[in-house]
Amino acid sequence: MARDPVLTFTDRGIYCAAGDFYIDPWRPVDRALITHGHADHARGGMGGYLATHVALPVMRYRLGEITADGIGFGEVRQIRDASVSFHPAGHVPGSAQIRVEVAGEVWVVSGDYKVTNDGLSEAFEPVNCHHFITESTFGLPVFRWQPQATVAAEINAWWAACKAAGKTAFLGAYALGKAQRLLTMLDPEIGPILCHSAVENTNDVLRGQGLHLPDTVRADAEVSPRDHPGALVLSPPSALGSKWARKFGAQESAFASGWMALRGVRRRRAGDRGFVISDHADWNGLLWAIRETGAENIYVTHGYTDIFTRYLNDNGWRARIVPTQFEGESLDAGDAA
Amino acid sequence: MKRFAALFAAIDQSTKTTVKVAALADYFSDADPVDKLWTVALFSGRRPKRAVTTNRLREWAAEVAGIPLWLFEESYAIVGDLAETIALVLPPNASVDDRPLSQWIKDLRSLAQEDEAARKAFVLEAWQRLGGTERFLFNKLITGGFRVGVSQKLMTRALSRATGKPEAELAHRLMGNWHPDDTSWHNLIEAEDASADASRPYPFYLAYALEEGPDSLGHPQEWRAEWKWDGIRGQLILRDGDYYVWSRGEELMTDRFPELARAIDHLPPGTVLDGELLVWQPGAAQPDSFNALQARIGRKMVPKKLLKEAPVLLHAYDLLEWEGKDQRERPFAERRAQLEEACKDLGPEAPVRLSPQHPFDTWDSLADLRATARDENAEGLMLKRADSPYLAGRKKGDWWKWKLDPLTIDAVMIYAQSGSGRRANLFTDFTFAVWNGNDLVPFTKAYSGLTDAEFRKITHWVKRNTLQRFGPVRQVTPHHVFEIAFEGIQASSRHKSGVALRFPRMKRWREDKPLQEANTLDDLKEMLRLYG
Repeated sequence: MARDPVLTFTDRGIYCAAGDFYIDPWRPVDRALITHGHADHARGGMGGYLATHVALPVMRYRLGEITADGIGFGEVRQIRDASVSFHPAGHVPGSAQIRVEVAGEVWVVSGDYKVTNDGLSEAFEPVNCHHFITESTFGLPVFRWQPQATVAAEINAWWAACKAAGKTAFLGAYALGKAQRLLTMLDPEIGPILCHSAVENTNDVLRGQGLHLPDTVRADAEVSPRDHPGALVLSPPSALGSKWARKFGAQESAFASGWMALRGVRRRRAGDRGFVISDHADWNGLLWAIRETGAENIYVTHGYTDIFTRYLNDNGWRARIVPTQFEGESLDAGDAA
Repeated sequence: MKRFAALFAAIDQSTKTTVKVAALADYFSDADPVDKLWTVALFSGRRPKRAVTTNRLREWAAEVAGIPLWLFEESYAIVGDLAETIALVLPPNASVDDRPLSQWIKDLRSLAQEDEAARKAFVLEAWQRLGGTERFLFNKLITGGFRVGVSQKLMTRALSRATGKPEAELAHRLMGNWHPDDTSWHNLIEAEDASADASRPYPFYLAYALEEGPDSLGHPQEWRAEWKWDGIRGQLILRDGDYYVWSRGEELMTDRFPELARAIDHLPPGTVLDGELLVWQPGAAQPDSFNALQARIGRKMVPKKLLKEAPVLLHAYDLLEWEGKDQRERPFAERRAQLEEACKDLGPEAPVRLSPQHPFDTWDSLADLRATARDENAEGLMLKRADSPYLAGRKKGDWWKWKLDPLTIDAVMIYAQSGSGRRANLFTDFTFAVWNGNDLVPFTKAYSGLTDAEFRKITHWVKRNTLQRFGPVRQVTPHHVFEIAFEGIQASSRHKSGVALRFPRMKRWREDKPLQEANTLDDLKEMLRLYG
């Protein structure tokens, strides 16, 4: 007996008819449930927003005046005929998978996620479901992340070498999530940590809601590089090599992204160094997460969708590609991810 | 392998030439001589004889990684490098290994005598003992193709710093047929007499493109002009009663051009010519198109029929050695006079011709001549300073290529595919179409010409405007018009449009141009009639 699916994929976004709401829609709708605050998931112009308490401050900061409601992790809310709850996705602080249950059938929209605990974001929790909507940004077996401590040691060694050579170390990373994760990995004993305003603004928001981050100095137009010898500067990738960056004199620049695993991309994009660190799941992480949900039906939204879907179908899942406007970890498009 | 891996990492992760040269110079100063010799060999495209086929490598890698072969192949298509793909899909190494580079090469070579089971055991063992960069480099020793962003120029600069010898001399020493199996670091780099090999070519002098026109070059009298031919650059060496033909890419092509053997009958031994290899029919006023030459380049052994259909001549434009003596320090005008003298008595049956110079008084009159280049099947003009020596490599100032503006056509993007390697996460490979009534007819692909920022922008757009997917290829909404530039156009029965373009690339993204104003198939056919 056929019945309407709990979630459908429309040209506005993922839609739940039973609850009459959208999840991470890309066109204006009346009611939007948001997995996390990155620009390709949390867009402006929605009538009302629902997101986790932890995710909301950054959304308000980025989107301005919005009508929004907060929800705790694990708290169940009834929206018309749908029962909805948010569960940690481990992607950035406050990021959630959204569980939707209608008449005993459970769907989970995972948004963006990573399964390693970074010590800053709420750690990913697998949620049992029948239908799982997953990303596949790094859905190829060539992507295999090193433990966070290993990457931290590489970054700190590079910073120390820059300092020893009298150079400022510029580290490019997204302003929301990646930058703060890197902050917790840096060794403040090496030298002062400066943050580009775009990063520091986000730091302020997160500190304001009680997140603990190491001390940083705002590196705005007035900052005097001479006052901070041996510094590491965290900046959005777009600011690397800019006029603002050049006033720091002798410097090396590095880029922190999962894409740095590929030598070609590293050579095209990295400047002096590329560090492999991502807020998305690697190949094994994706497969582990999918297995843990127990879901038989998998919908692959963005990334290496064709290849990943084929692999899932060959290995016993019912998988298909659904077109969305999510970006994943886009190396190049501002701070979208 | 650790020392070599550290060198490779230092070079590979930096974009600064000073850093690369310093790392190389350090290495050349104190690494083991056999390792150094192999490093120079590997970085200049030489490699040990392949001990294992790449098919076996793929199968073994997929097996160890626990993934199906199709998934390995898909990954390879995206990563763009076999050695890297293997290094990435394998589980982390379980132990370490201290063997130096040259020992690994020796061990790999001894595999030639072993059966397949032993080869597999060796390779799997190596994968377990080597991680990260070392594992990647081990794979590269088998697959070849070290592209590390170290030009010959950087390598000779570093060698010069390490040995105190002049760069030009080192560049010459590194040319030609040597292989680490037959020489030593001492013989190649340090020994006084390095001229033992009769086939050894001189480093080519390469011109820069003249972007702005010649006015900034000064007085026309100080310059000489020749056609810039659309063939392949070649160096013809006549020594000890033998002949050798080298391509600009340092490939020995003697066997591909047997007709050049007759040069021995017309020019004295101890002669080295720099010129252009062209297909030129007997009695014709200009050479055949590059397509005709391509058929020749593709054949290692040339069938008689092809020799007759596509006879090759060397159009000589410089004289590098005469009577066994290096001429490169002499001014171009003198070398040229000597060359003209040498070519004075060449009969029509000689496989060498003198590439003519074109006298001119003003830059304007030269511009008029350049405008006729296409009629001569030339790409434009070469400008060479009369008093310049023959330098090694690409150096600015004395030689310029002043090419014709390319042909262009405005076309609609209809398919997009993501790139590999450097461009693994961008859509960079596009198919373009022109109008035929209300239909769009695809006529060419193009991959290059946009800036990184433009590729990012179009990638963003492609993701949002995909109509249909065919595996990795996406059909997109016809919307964007691009100006496609190309060097030549030929009739082709293999293409739906009936034409094939030479070196097509995206010259400009015409965001100002509405879809309907792209060119038509009739426009393309008219270009074929004019320039084909």
